[in-house]
Amino acid sequence: MAEKPIQGEKRAFMTGNEVVAWAALAAGADIMYGYPITPQNEIMHYWTRLAPKYGRSFLQTEDEISAGFTCVGGVLAGKRAFTATAGPGNTLMQESMSMAEMMRLPTVLVVCQRGGPSTATVIYSQQEVTMTCFGGNGEGFRIVYSTSGQQDLFDYTIKAFNTAWKYRFPTFVLGDGYQSKMRESVTIYDPEARGIKMVPTEPYVGKSGMPGVDRDPSHLRNTYNMEDELYEVVMEIKKEYERVAPEIVEYQEFDTEDAEVLVVAHGVVSRAVQGAVKALRKEGIKAGHFRPITLRPFPVEQLKAAAGKAKNVLIVESSVGQLEKIVKHSVYGLTTPITNYFKPGEGVTVEEVVEQVRRLV
Amino acid sequence: MSIQPQMPKVWRTETKPHKFCPGCGHPLVLKALGEAIEELGIQDKAVFGCDIGCSLLAWDFFNVDSVQTHHGRTTPVITGVKRANPDVIGIAYMGDGGGYAIGSQHLVNAAARNEKITVILVNNVQYAMTGGQMAPTTLPGQKTETTPYGRDVNAQGYPTLGPEMVSAITREGAYVARGTVANLRQLKRFIKNALQNQIEGNGFSFVEALSLCPTNWRTNAEQTWKFVEEDMAQYFKVGELKPLGEKKEG
Repeated sequence: MAEKPIQGEKRAFMTGNEVVAWAALAAGADIMYGYPITPQNEIMHYWTRLAPKYGRSFLQTEDEISAGFTCVGGVLAGKRAFTATAGPGNTLMQESMSMAEMMRLPTVLVVCQRGGPSTATVIYSQQEVTMTCFGGNGEGFRIVYSTSGQQDLFDYTIKAFNTAWKYRFPTFVLGDGYQSKMRESVTIYDPEARGIKMVPTEPYVGKSGMPGVDRDPSHLRNTYNMEDELYEVVMEIKKEYERVAPEIVEYQEFDTEDAEVLVVAHGVVSRAVQGAVKALRKEGIKAGHFRPITLRPFPVEQLKAAAGKAKNVLIVESSVGQLEKIVKHSVYGLTTPITNYFKPGEGVTVEEVVEQVRRLV
Repeated sequence: MSIQPQMPKVWRTETKPHKFCPGCGHPLVLKALGEAIEELGIQDKAVFGCDIGCSLLAWDFFNVDSVQTHHGRTTPVITGVKRANPDVIGIAYMGDGGGYAIGSQHLVNAAARNEKITVILVNNVQYAMTGGQMAPTTLPGQKTETTPYGRDVNAQGYPTLGPEMVSAITREGAYVARGTVANLRQLKRFIKNALQNQIEGNGFSFVEALSLCPTNWRTNAEQTWKFVEEDMAQYFKVGELKPLGEKKEG
């Protein structure tokens, strides 16, 4: 067997796409299915250079529909399979991800958000939140980690494989073009060196033994003939999703304890907000920041608690209210006023957030 | 005492009688496939994928691991399974809509990449489950729900010749044939060859099976058979386009 891709721990200076490829290798991913789209391409570039050295595979498909469905096939075969995409590619992959949602298939999809709608820009945005959380025809029973930088990309790509295989819901790592293309310091590691055990995988089809003789054949479907039959299936998925949600939910709080203005932001925007909170506190302004890490399931109770204590809630995002929809839905009933600062497809600076908060106090 | 017909062991009796319409061609193709799987001894290795449309009714047909997927997406799903586990024998089973319309890009590219899977495409010249609309294979002049005055080749083009297309874009290692439910022994031989080709690891295998739809063709038993044996066979030539073991210069 080939040596481990990463021995122990290492400091590195990498782009986010390179980090994802290393993380997938370290996590023991067996196969990547992919189709080129910017800003995700280098995940494939690094994977195709590294994978053969460690006995891993790659297939470049004809489009994102096929990349999604071949990834579904890889998971059905019991492999730690993954794919990556962005923007219009994410749109096309929702078809396969809805099949994964219905069949409880632990697919892992890394989304490097670009501008939207349509082809838009290849650079950056937070405009794939709604699609990644609720895309496809269905209820959005999926897990979405929103990363804010290289360390997150490494940690949560590894985690995504474990979350997916432990809970059997399609799992997404929601990054963006900034994270994909920028280079920053990161600690990469062998999960075992940190006491992280990779959840074992198992095949759904192609199992050992003679079907119909030694065991029942696997008969998997996503088509149901009767309303009540489907109702039962969906309600069972819902029940399970709600049962495991508290175990999955992740968030970060920065100075929320006595915050008068609570700024809610996710992903890379959270870093500008963290900087703003530090600067504002120096001025004596009681600002705090709540960062949901899982956008699905959402840290509803935790946000309610933080928002309930504040005098104002400010939502900052690089889209026109995709996070705000989730936030408003989550804190329904609270009387704290909510304002927003939206910059679709543009980055957000510390100074801008500082100015927005000052406006409120 | 009634005499029961002999069925292959891969035939899952718990799910019979099957859910296809009386007189449908699918059970005939599936019986040929079941016998081929049994005779080749690959029941424990076969992974059967079926599409949307009438073919989805085969999701629990066999004592074989099976997965039913979306319209046109069976080829990539089975490709994904086979790429992740090359020990399985991957069978993608679909209709002419799934293979030649919504999933044509997957069929074309899987064939061009010489994916080591077997695709069996049942051609009944229309979309049957959705109520009999025009398919890529609908014959010139044929009436369907969306060509109520008959398919006009000037407006809707000519029927897709699938095996001819697959044959043209594949190189050595591929197996391509067109059979018909009107000649089951031959169809079974073609399916067996297609699976044998995959077992030998040669490459992409493709069998189109001309089939029946007595429901949406609005024909009686006699006219139904006449349509498949005469009208369809005239347009879609039955035979092996790329025989087993044929090596062509690339």
